Amino acid sequence: MTLFDLRLQELHNQLNKKELSVTDLVGEAFAKIKEHDERVGAYLTLNEEGARAEAARLDNKLGSDEAKGLLFGLPVGIKDNMVTEGLRTTCASQFLSNYNPIYDATVVTKLKQAEAVTIGKLNMDEFAMGGSNENSSFHPVRNPWDLSRVPGGSSGGSAAAVAAGEAYFTLGSDTGGSIRQPASYCGVVGLKPTYGLVSRYGLVAFASSLDQIGPITKNVEDAAYVLQAIAGHDAKDSTSTNVDIPDYVSALSGDISGLKIAVPKEYLDGVDPQVKASILEALRVLEGLGAEWEEVSLPHTEYAVAAYYLLASSEASSNLSRFDGVRYGVRAEQGGNLLDLYLDSRSQGFGPEVKRRIMLGTYALSSGYYDAYYLKAQKVRTLIKQDFDQTFEKYDVIIGPTAPTTAFQLGSQVDDPLTMYLNDILTIPVSLAGVPALSVPCGFAEGMPVGLQIIGKAFDESTILRVAHAYEAHTDHHKQRPSL
Amino acid sequence: MSIQTTDVEHVARLARLKLSDEEREMFTGQLNAILQYAEKLNELDTENVEPTTHVLPLSNVMREDQVHESLTQEQVFRNAPDEEDGQFKVPAILE
Amino acid sequence: MSTSKYETVIGLEVHVELHTKSKIFCGCSTEFGAPPNSHTCPVCLGHPGVLPVLNRQAVDYAMKAAMALNCEIGDVCKFDRKNYFYPDSPKAYQISQYDQPIGQNGYIDIEVDGYTKRIGITRLHLEEDAGKLTHVDGGYASLVDFNRVGTPLVEIVSEPEISSPEEAKAYLEKLRAIMQYCDVSDVKMEEGSMRCDANVSLRPHGQKEFGTRAELKNMNSFRGVQRGLEYEQYRQAEILDEGGEVIQETRRWDDAQGKTFSMRGKEEAHDYRYFPDPDLVRLYIDEDWKARIRSTIPELPDARKARYTKEYGLPDYDAGVITSSKPLADLFEDSLKHTSDAKSVSNWMMGELLGYLNSNGLELAEVKLTGQGLGEMINLIDKGTISSKIAKTVFKEMLQSGKLPQQIVEEQGLVQISDEGAIMAIVQEVVAANPASVQDYQAGKEKAIGFLVGQVMKQSKGKANPGLVNKLLVEVLKK
Repeated sequence: MTLFDLRLQELHNQLNKKELSVTDLVGEAFAKIKEHDERVGAYLTLNEEGARAEAARLDNKLGSDEAKGLLFGLPVGIKDNMVTEGLRTTCASQFLSNYNPIYDATVVTKLKQAEAVTIGKLNMDEFAMGGSNENSSFHPVRNPWDLSRVPGGSSGGSAAAVAAGEAYFTLGSDTGGSIRQPASYCGVVGLKPTYGLVSRYGLVAFASSLDQIGPITKNVEDAAYVLQAIAGHDAKDSTSTNVDIPDYVSALSGDISGLKIAVPKEYLDGVDPQVKASILEALRVLEGLGAEWEEVSLPHTEYAVAAYYLLASSEASSNLSRFDGVRYGVRAEQGGNLLDLYLDSRSQGFGPEVKRRIMLGTYALSSGYYDAYYLKAQKVRTLIKQDFDQTFEKYDVIIGPTAPTTAFQLGSQVDDPLTMYLNDILTIPVSLAGVPALSVPCGFAEGMPVGLQIIGKAFDESTILRVAHAYEAHTDHHKQRPSL
Repeated sequence: MSIQTTDVEHVARLARLKLSDEEREMFTGQLNAILQYAEKLNELDTENVEPTTHVLPLSNVMREDQVHESLTQEQVFRNAPDEEDGQFKVPAILE
Repeated sequence: MSTSKYETVIGLEVHVELHTKSKIFCGCSTEFGAPPNSHTCPVCLGHPGVLPVLNRQAVDYAMKAAMALNCEIGDVCKFDRKNYFYPDSPKAYQISQYDQPIGQNGYIDIEVDGYTKRIGITRLHLEEDAGKLTHVDGGYASLVDFNRVGTPLVEIVSEPEISSPEEAKAYLEKLRAIMQYCDVSDVKMEEGSMRCDANVSLRPHGQKEFGTRAELKNMNSFRGVQRGLEYEQYRQAEILDEGGEVIQETRRWDDAQGKTFSMRGKEEAHDYRYFPDPDLVRLYIDEDWKARIRSTIPELPDARKARYTKEYGLPDYDAGVITSSKPLADLFEDSLKHTSDAKSVSNWMMGELLGYLNSNGLELAEVKLTGQGLGEMINLIDKGTISSKIAKTVFKEMLQSGKLPQQIVEEQGLVQISDEGAIMAIVQEVVAANPASVQDYQAGKEKAIGFLVGQVMKQSKGKANPGLVNKLLVEVLKK
């Protein structure tokens, strides 16, 4: 039992009673980082001096009447694709290895307003492209449950840091599963909100029509608190939706009786038998709580990965063009002309997976191929979204595994991009449909965590949080900690 | 459709990437595999299907024409690889 | 070698900067002439993570311009990314409109050598401007200023229906006037707020297919456009005459050398990979919005010209010149708030005013003349307070100081002398002093009176009423 195992409300009370200080909390995070992170590799940049100074400033407020939010003083780690003014932001890319941002992402501003304390920037697959964190150009992240295995990706650092107790909570970003899949592999809770719920301003774009920021936490309740702090309309993001933000925490009633669950048969076909067994067991728990489930079909599931890789790579090829070495980033040493500057800076700055996706996207958008690839994929996206729309006419949530397997060994899939892409087959359709989903721990297979994916209607985060919370209350998978 | 190394070269040029010989070979093979996999999409008849650019029915998002403060010179050039006289410097455009 | 064997086909692509206060996708100022990079922010510098938010005023202006060019306004518009690497383009893509522009299928009417011709406008779309490059180190390096990046632009593409450099110039002038009247842009070619590229090809008369075209860039003035096109017409005719083939390429007009040069090798075949910008959402333009913008469109040059000829009886040519520029037409109308003599206002503008501006290379905005001044001056002439000759002095003074004519006349004592007694005194003096001229006149050389009138005017410092001088001189000489 460590400080971070205390419930958020309990920490908050102790802070208010001055039984605990922000300095203690921040100290706990850095102690765990010193203890584990050389092996785990979750962080790319630490903000120790800044965090300790901020902790001291916040400690002065303890005991005062000033209202403090529930995230007050909590140590947060931020995925390194969200810009933090004055704190190096690299996207785990050599190209941005010296990038010192000139502004804060909207989520970072919101966390500052909530007076959470930024501990550091978290490792990830370069530009969020990957599902294993092996594409970090600095160093891989290792799974705290088994250091020979990957933590998942692309928010591998964000998930591993929470699992290893190196932050109270973290922020990740999800384009095709990048929050949910590492949460599943690391045995923590990861929530991808509805597209448009959380501002993307300051999130370094991978695929603009898919990217969403969300919390990674130890339990569902914390996810609700963090979502509360970061959700909401932002005038700086034209794709941010102006909806009323409900009280997510008060939605955690524990009552799911009468809940209608759809279980897509496509989400159980071909998954690891132990994973499948965990999911079926979880469904039994939910049944026991008064929910009903039925098998359904989302017939276009098998086309999602192909459509996703075309769309996401196309958008990425354009989004990553700004990394040209003119205004920021690492400009390659060269004595040549402008073309050499572009070619050398980009070729030296980007790793193989990033280049591969830029190549694929550039090709898919290029003259003569647009209709066959990009436009076709957008149309298939419509069909996939319709699968969800139709299912949600009759059901409250869709449930399945988050990933077909548990975390795999480092290095086992790096030579085969397509196989790697297929790990995301259960998270990608959700991203294409833009609906919210979370992964909650639902058991172990050979010692490695398994995640249950709960998918909801657009802007109905309350329901998936409520279901996950009810499930969590009757299981103890989320209370397990890796022994590091 | 299958991609030749010449296509890969052309695409690399468009994307301003310089590929080594090994990379060119590797990408040709991998892109072919991925695109072959993408052929799957042609199993679906999408003749009368509208493309989805945005999942959410958002439209007409605009701001008022108001001037905000610009950056300081320190901020503008904090990350600049090369700078001269308050401007970003690049080599000549000759190719 | 002759161009007369061929028909010239020209299509123009004109970029007009919209004069919003802030940029199209961020709140940086669009003010011209600020220190380099002082009007920039993370958004227009293309920093990682930034997002564009569309300026409503830019859309309103673009729609207004499109309506004034008789375009159909799209019910649904979207923005697309045009991908290309260049140091003046921070994101390495330009946000533009590909297949759903604001306006399509418009036209304007131009007049050249007395005939009127309708030129079709294919489309008008909204996009963002690029930054500015300056070459240094003897051409080995360039400096980039991003102040201009993100200034809203409309690109207006004409049909290939322009048949001569003169028509091209008339088209541009009409386009400029319409933009001016709509008050959506400063439309100054010299400051780059209006820019023009041209596609030019020749074909034998009667041939249906277009010839191979060249794209002309860097024509930075109305005269430059005309000269560039004339040169290109000549160059292509020469190639065709010799049995050669025109190459499809981009050519750069060099104003100093008076030639176009191939830019081949400096740019590769473009593949802009347009796709819908996922950071922006669609625009639905409903009838209310259209009606609101339509109600802001003022009377346009053609309508004003027609009104001037009809209501004020101005000659067609004069009405055309005055309405070709909004400031001129506004001055004309302002003047008429102070005098009813439209004909005189027109004459003074066509003669003295334009003569002064042209010979001094000035814009109307650079002189201080007001409509009130011009109108009141004409009233002073009509009342006989000042002579037309004195009025020229008054007019010059108004151009420079902006003072009203009454004040100038009083300060400088320029009131016309119409007192017969006072003039008679001078007449008698002059007659006495010039016996030779008097004799000549009386001997039948009537022209001799001119000299005597001149002497009287001179002695009166130009203030004597010339009619009275004449009358009194004749009276005295005939005695």
